This record gives sequence, C-alpha cells and structure tokens, in this order.
Amino acid sequence: MVEALTWIGIAIGLAGGILCIVLGLAGRPPADLTLGATALLELYLVVQVVVAAVAPAAGNAPSGSALEFWVYLVTAVLIPPIAVFWALVERSSRWSTVVLGVACLAVVVMVYRMHQIWFVQLA
Amino acid sequence: MSASTPASARGARSRGLGRVLIVVYGLLALAATGRSVYQVLEDFERAPLAYSLSALAAVIYIVATIALVAPGDAWYRVAVITITFELVGVLVVGTLSLIDPVLFPAKTVWSVFGRGYAFVPLVLPVLGLLWLRANRGGGR
Repeated sequence: MVEALTWIGIAIGLAGGILCIVLGLAGRPPADLTLGATALLELYLVVQVVVAAVAPAAGNAPSGSALEFWVYLVTAVLIPPIAVFWALVERSSRWSTVVLGVACLAVVVMVYRMHQIWFVQLA
Repeated sequence: MSASTPASARGARSRGLGRVLIVVYGLLALAATGRSVYQVLEDFERAPLAYSLSALAAVIYIVATIALVAPGDAWYRVAVITITFELVGVLVVGTLSLIDPVLFPAKTVWSVFGRGYAFVPLVLPVLGLLWLRANRGGGR
C-alpha cells in the first residue's frame, strides 16, 4: 500500500459518497454521474489490489496482519458492483442513488482501516 | 403506503427507503462476516467466547438481510425474530463488555454497543423494526 494512494481513494470515495447521497435525497434516480462516481471508486480499488499484491515484493510489506488486510480489500472490491446492481434493479427510485452513496462511504471506512493495518500498529 | 395495491405490495419491504436499510444491513453482514472469518482463522484460542459471538452475529445479520429482501409472511416473521435478537444482542453484549471487560478480551460487532462500527449495530435494529412495522402485511 502507498500512503498517497490511500488519500486519493478516500477523496474519491468521500466525494462520490456525498455526491450520491445529496443527489439521492434531492430526488434524482441513478444517472451516469452517480453510477460513474461509484465505478471510479471501483477502478481505484482494482488499482489498490494490484499495488497491494506487488508492494511486498518491492520491500513494502504490511506492518499488520496481511490476512486481515486482504479480507478488507476483497470485501471492499465487492461492494461497489453489488451497490450498482442493487441500484439498477430499482433504477427509478431516488433511494437507489442513496444506496450508491452509502456504499461509497462504507468503502472509505474500509480503505482507512486497510491503511491502519498496513502502516499503523497500536499494540 | 399501507393501502397499496397487490402489485406494489409485492416485495414492499425492499422498495424505496427499505432498499437503503437493506444495503446497510448487507454491509454490516459483510463487516461481521469478514471480522469473524479473520478472527476464527487467525487466533480462535485467544477469545473463544468473543469469536463465537462474532460468528453468531455474522450469521444473524446475513439471515436478517435475506429476510428483509425475501417476500412473504414467513420471511417477515424471520426478519422480526432476527432483528429483535440483534437488538437484545447488542444491548446484552454492550452492557456486559462494559461491566466485565475480561469476559470479552477481543472485540465483536456488539462490544460497547457497537462503538467500533459507529454505533450502527445499536441504531439499525430499531430502524429495522420500525420499518417492518410500517410495512406489516405488505410482504405478500
């Protein structure tokens, strides 16, 4: 994991999450903008998977549990596609847009936890 | 919403706002399952009670998520039972983890009323039961 990449991911997720929740509550059904923001976050997570897989070989290994890190990362990768699918099942509803936002914010929390596992050890 | 036609009543629990509720449930199910899988694989001997509880919580959240999505009266009852169990679980474990920390050396989703999860595990069952009550009989 690379520190700058964490903050990029958190920025993408926060911006997308807030955008989707605001537009959703304003009554907008899922559209290219909100679906695109969620897709962008998924793209970021895929980059993160590649970086996390390659980094240890370059001497940058997690300081915490690699298993815990990967449980978080694999789960996070699954969230945006499920949210998009679930939103498209009922695409006329504004709540589907809120769903996208909630998913983005959940990924933000998980990226932050992954960052802690990789870099910060309290115990 | 209560006087809905048969067509709109079908799967009413998973429509509109209910969809957001279900997604939050699904996320909590994922979080609890992830934590539980990790805890059991990594170091089960350290805190068998807390880790068994994590696994039980994960199963409860998964069943509750499915019960909210699935239509029908039977699933409605399953949803009420599992969500009530969650509420009792978070209150009992939350209280115990404060009174007797030795009993829970490791964290579970329900420790300290779900503090590690922004208290979502405490708030969610209440919202879930209110949502079910508002949609009673709408699940056929």
